[in-house]
Amino acid sequence: MDPNKRKALCIALGLALAAVQAAQADEAPKAVRIGWVVAKTGPDAPGAATTTLPNYKLWVKEVNAQGGLLLKAYGRRVPVEVVEYDDRSSSEEAVRATERLITQDQVDFILPPWGTAINLAVGPTLAKHGYPHLAVTSITERAPELAKRWPNAFFFLGMGSQYGEALVAFLEQAKKAGKIGERIAMVSVADGFGVDLSQAARKAIEKHGFKLVYDKSYPVGTQDMTPLLNEVKGLNPDVFVAFSYPPDTLMITDQSRVVGFNPKVFYAGVGTQFPIYKKKFGASVDGVMGPGGVDFDSPAIQDYFKRHTAALGQEPDRWASSVTWASLQVLQQAIERVGKLDRAAVAQEIKSGSFDTVLGSLNLENQLFRNLWWVGQWQNGEFYGVAPADKKGAKAAVIPKPAWNH
Amino acid sequence: MLVVDVLLAGLTLGGLYALTALGLTLQYGVARIMNLSYGEFLIAGAFGAFLAFDMLALSPIIALLIAVPLGFALQWLVYQVLLMPLVRRSGAGPALEVDSILATFGLLFVVQGLMLAAFGGNIVSYAYLSEPVHVLGSTVAANRLLAFAFALVIGLALYLGLTRTRAGTAVRAVAVAPQFAPLVGIDVRAVSAFAFALGGALVTGGGVLVSMFLPFSATAGVVFAMKALIVVIMGGVGNLLGCLMAGLLLGFAETLVARFIDPGLTLAVNFALFLLVLLMRPQGLFGRAAR
Repeated sequence: MDPNKRKALCIALGLALAAVQAAQADEAPKAVRIGWVVAKTGPDAPGAATTTLPNYKLWVKEVNAQGGLLLKAYGRRVPVEVVEYDDRSSSEEAVRATERLITQDQVDFILPPWGTAINLAVGPTLAKHGYPHLAVTSITERAPELAKRWPNAFFFLGMGSQYGEALVAFLEQAKKAGKIGERIAMVSVADGFGVDLSQAARKAIEKHGFKLVYDKSYPVGTQDMTPLLNEVKGLNPDVFVAFSYPPDTLMITDQSRVVGFNPKVFYAGVGTQFPIYKKKFGASVDGVMGPGGVDFDSPAIQDYFKRHTAALGQEPDRWASSVTWASLQVLQQAIERVGKLDRAAVAQEIKSGSFDTVLGSLNLENQLFRNLWWVGQWQNGEFYGVAPADKKGAKAAVIPKPAWNH
Repeated sequence: MLVVDVLLAGLTLGGLYALTALGLTLQYGVARIMNLSYGEFLIAGAFGAFLAFDMLALSPIIALLIAVPLGFALQWLVYQVLLMPLVRRSGAGPALEVDSILATFGLLFVVQGLMLAAFGGNIVSYAYLSEPVHVLGSTVAANRLLAFAFALVIGLALYLGLTRTRAGTAVRAVAVAPQFAPLVGIDVRAVSAFAFALGGALVTGGGVLVSMFLPFSATAGVVFAMKALIVVIMGGVGNLLGCLMAGLLLGFAETLVARFIDPGLTLAVNFALFLLVLLMRPQGLFGRAAR
């Protein structure tokens, strides 16, 4: 070899070695700092305690049991360290605490809060500081627009219009098959979720040739649904749709049983998928539908349910829990592929990569996840996905709904 | 049948409101403690019933028999330990109201924090007596009917107790003229503690009954406390019959509006009525403590 070339090679090698050593010596972090601001008190606490916090805890536990996140750049696993704040269900508090996580605690990544409103509230802060924002429990029509404005934001749970349209298109199939008539009664809670979804459903109902015979909203915290249910029952609709919050969902179901209101399709909102729903009503709610669902025949889902229940003493919900878990898998795989704590590169990887998750292979289109269950139904004690009917693992829907079992 | 539907729904909802407010009217009207942690003790009763039902398979009726004396003892202690220094310091004057609001506001967070630590933030609900009862062609849930019956019985029993017995007379004397009651040999502090504890017993028992049909969570107390406060002020602070009537009035108003106008307006009619009462009769529909 030419001595000059050899010299150059030696220098190059030496430099490369030095670079590797430098990287190992001065940068290998002791821990990956993960922060989250989630409602532990206030009206959002039950939702967060059902869907969000258990998954975060399980994720941290499992990651650390493996020795941490594998960061290739340092050639080793680095354990996860958590900084947690309670947003007390207040948007202002969530924003303040998120800023604190970024500027004071200097966390490496932030897991999102629970709820549409609070996710939207912290969105600008996370975008400004370049933190990936994997919004799961956030259903907003503005997701596509926000994804453009916030290049690091990802929306995992769809839009109200997708739920409304999918539900009514699905009902139209049942109508064409002669299983139900055209009369729909709809009630909604006068708050974010109810307003968004009922608006979307109203359009879809008109488009698909159904007749809306009852369309009213009720305030958050209503303590008796009997007057409403009695009136709806008197109208004898084929389909009853309630875009309700968890306490209302439990009450609407309970009181419908009591007043003997059993339409051919009974659909209730958030809470239908919660473990408490299954525990309280058991087999008596077979046939009840709601947003979400799981493919319970999938071994990955079964395994996830087992681990979740064993570690936390409570089952996951059957809508956003498995999606939350999938979003954590996405984050973990993106970080490990990038191999270092580079938020911009991780966000880029989430945008373009394809991930192996509990929901199967997952990739995002324009920062939005679309391959969701839009309608689920309780069948034999499990809340299966029934629409889209052509999605893998979809069960055939049972219509008309069987009688309430007292 | 429409009339019976509305009647039953109005009675049960109104009964529920009255039931959850009776304790507060005693605590605020007689003991002069504006207890902001009131709702938390209701939720504590609800959790107690849930535990008894879920782990020991005890019926909430048995839980009620345990919860009521327990609630009494607990609130008596709260009064003696936490509130007595405030009573002493303020001489039970107007400062007591402000001081007690601050103290019980703190207590709210302590109790709520304990429940969050013990039970987590999840929604809790169980099924007991969730059976239809047919009344004149209409249906009502057995558990709601039971809660209404209890509200009625408790309200009337307390009313009779306060107006027909010697101890009741002492309680009323303290409610009406705490500064003069000692002149006739009434131990104002002991009577206040008794009234406060009695209010605690009522709210804990109310929590047990409510848990049979309303889903609740560790952080839901404030909703009940707010509603109770409206009912208490509408009925006249310290006035048990007024409390019962105000609860029923709200229950009926909400039911009528929900059935014949729009369920979305129940909250509006609620506050409209409240405002109307405040404007026309600021002392409450039936005036302050029954004399």
